[in-house]
Amino acid sequence: MSNECIQVSAFTLALRQVRYENTTFWRNPVAAIFTFVFPLMFLVIFNLIFGNTEMALPGGTVTTSTFYVPAITALSVIGACYTNVAMGVCFSRERGVFKRVRGTPLPTWALLFGRLAIAIVVAAILVVIMLGAGALFYGVTLPTNTLPAFLVTLVLGAATFCALGLAVASIVPNADAAPAIVNVSILPLMFISDIFIRMEDSPAWVTIVADIFPVRHFAQAMHTSFNPFETGAGFEPLHLLVMAAWLVVGVVVAVRFFRWEPRR
Amino acid sequence: MTLPTAPDSAAPAIEVRGLRKSYGRVEAVRGVDLRVAVGEVFALLGPNGAGKTTTVEILEGYLSRTGGEVSVLGFDPSRPAIKGRILSGLAGLLPGMGQRSQERRFKERIGIVLQSTGVDPYLNVQETINLFRGYYPDPLPLEDVLTATGLAEQRRVRVRKLSGGQQRRLDVAVGLAGNPDLLFLDEPTTGFDPSARRDAWEMVRNLKQLGKTVLLTTHYMDEAEHLADRLAIMVRGKIVAEGTPAELVRRGGATTIKFSLGTEPPPVPRELAVERDGTDGRYTMLTDTPTESLHRLTAWAVEQDIELEQLSVSSASLEDVFVELARAAGEDES
Repeated sequence: MSNECIQVSAFTLALRQVRYENTTFWRNPVAAIFTFVFPLMFLVIFNLIFGNTEMALPGGTVTTSTFYVPAITALSVIGACYTNVAMGVCFSRERGVFKRVRGTPLPTWALLFGRLAIAIVVAAILVVIMLGAGALFYGVTLPTNTLPAFLVTLVLGAATFCALGLAVASIVPNADAAPAIVNVSILPLMFISDIFIRMEDSPAWVTIVADIFPVRHFAQAMHTSFNPFETGAGFEPLHLLVMAAWLVVGVVVAVRFFRWEPRR
Repeated sequence: MTLPTAPDSAAPAIEVRGLRKSYGRVEAVRGVDLRVAVGEVFALLGPNGAGKTTTVEILEGYLSRTGGEVSVLGFDPSRPAIKGRILSGLAGLLPGMGQRSQERRFKERIGIVLQSTGVDPYLNVQETINLFRGYYPDPLPLEDVLTATGLAEQRRVRVRKLSGGQQRRLDVAVGLAGNPDLLFLDEPTTGFDPSARRDAWEMVRNLKQLGKTVLLTTHYMDEAEHLADRLAIMVRGKIVAEGTPAELVRRGGATTIKFSLGTEPPPVPRELAVERDGTDGRYTMLTDTPTESLHRLTAWAVEQDIELEQLSVSSASLEDVFVELARAAGEDES
């Protein structure tokens, strides 16, 4: 029997991992439901508090709902890709799942492919939920002329935050430290990045910090897609460029520092 | 298999020469030589911290080594540099691009059972085994894995609902799933109750029946004695003795004869070389010629018309040998 004809292609292995990650995700229904309820909760609460306030956008005035639908859509993608991936990797590593897999022929990239694929599926479901809730409850719809820009922003955002999730997981030493590091690295940024609140007249240094990191660029590109007064295609090349740069940083750090075992 | 790196049957499954591993200034493994034949159950025995797990993790490809030569099934288990890994990873993506990486071909032929579990709690037993079977080109049939590990009745039980002993069996099942030529078992029965240990031993014997080469580490003497064809005793990063259990026991030498003598014992003749234990009043004879010593002792007792109470004769156990070697190795250090 030739060895080549019975070999399992790495691609088949990667697809199998997707199926397996999908099964295990839904087998913990409480965690799965909260993954979806959490961002929806933010959308409802922020709209309850600020929903009817008027807000000036380039080109006209809208209610704050038009701000919160894209903002919480961005939050959903960041939560599913960055927070969930980083936490998931840290906890699996703690349980020895990664070390065990490293002792098998499964290539590491196939293992991670499964992980990220599920994160992206979750993000996609969340985006659909946000778009649906926005249209249904708050009368906020995505203009058709910006649809391509919206999709490009989403894809790049998902990729960037997945890569950064893996990168931060490589830096987190063990599962005990994971929630602290992951949350501290993202929550303050969300406050200064036009996600929880719209930043106006903030101190210069806050703006500089927000400009360095990818969260605000992602959020602002999303806001542009939802701006009803936008007449063009709504592409934000500068924002996309900064996100792409962070994507590269994330990939390099993740590849260079990836670990299969926790550190004490 | 017709791999260029595949061993012929005469070659050993594992060959290690002068293996060293340092962590900074601490030397965990200090010049280990090992040879494990194909089809053999080989035990690496030693106290905690002796360097057993470090040695095994080097053989499994988890750790790099500081020095020495290692060949496992004809492969060098050390990981290639990151550039090579990326290139071979990319090559593996393209369909029809011949060679899988060296690392992957190596991993397809070994099975690893680590000290801790590392499987998803939300899958059931059968799904877990099938997941891992899917990673290998020529896996063991599911039923064979379940039978060998005694998990047939738990096949539909979720991993998180298994008992500790059952989880450990699942660890072994996962290590076995790919039908490996060589199986590493790192302390397979630590934390087991006595009956679970007996079952686990039975399982290892089953593996031998399947023709697997097994390298197991343990700090239980009786485990090595029951399971291993050959064993090596490792203390402080060095192999201090190697051989079959019987050979090692023979090296232990002296036989111990123990007895006690009623409430008013007569004086025991000096030529019997008996020592009396101050606390329990029992008498002990250490001898290299047990037949002759026992004969003289019983002749004396018959002549005195007294009974040798609680009489016992025991040859050196592997445990005695082990304790003696560990002590000697410790003294060499200081």
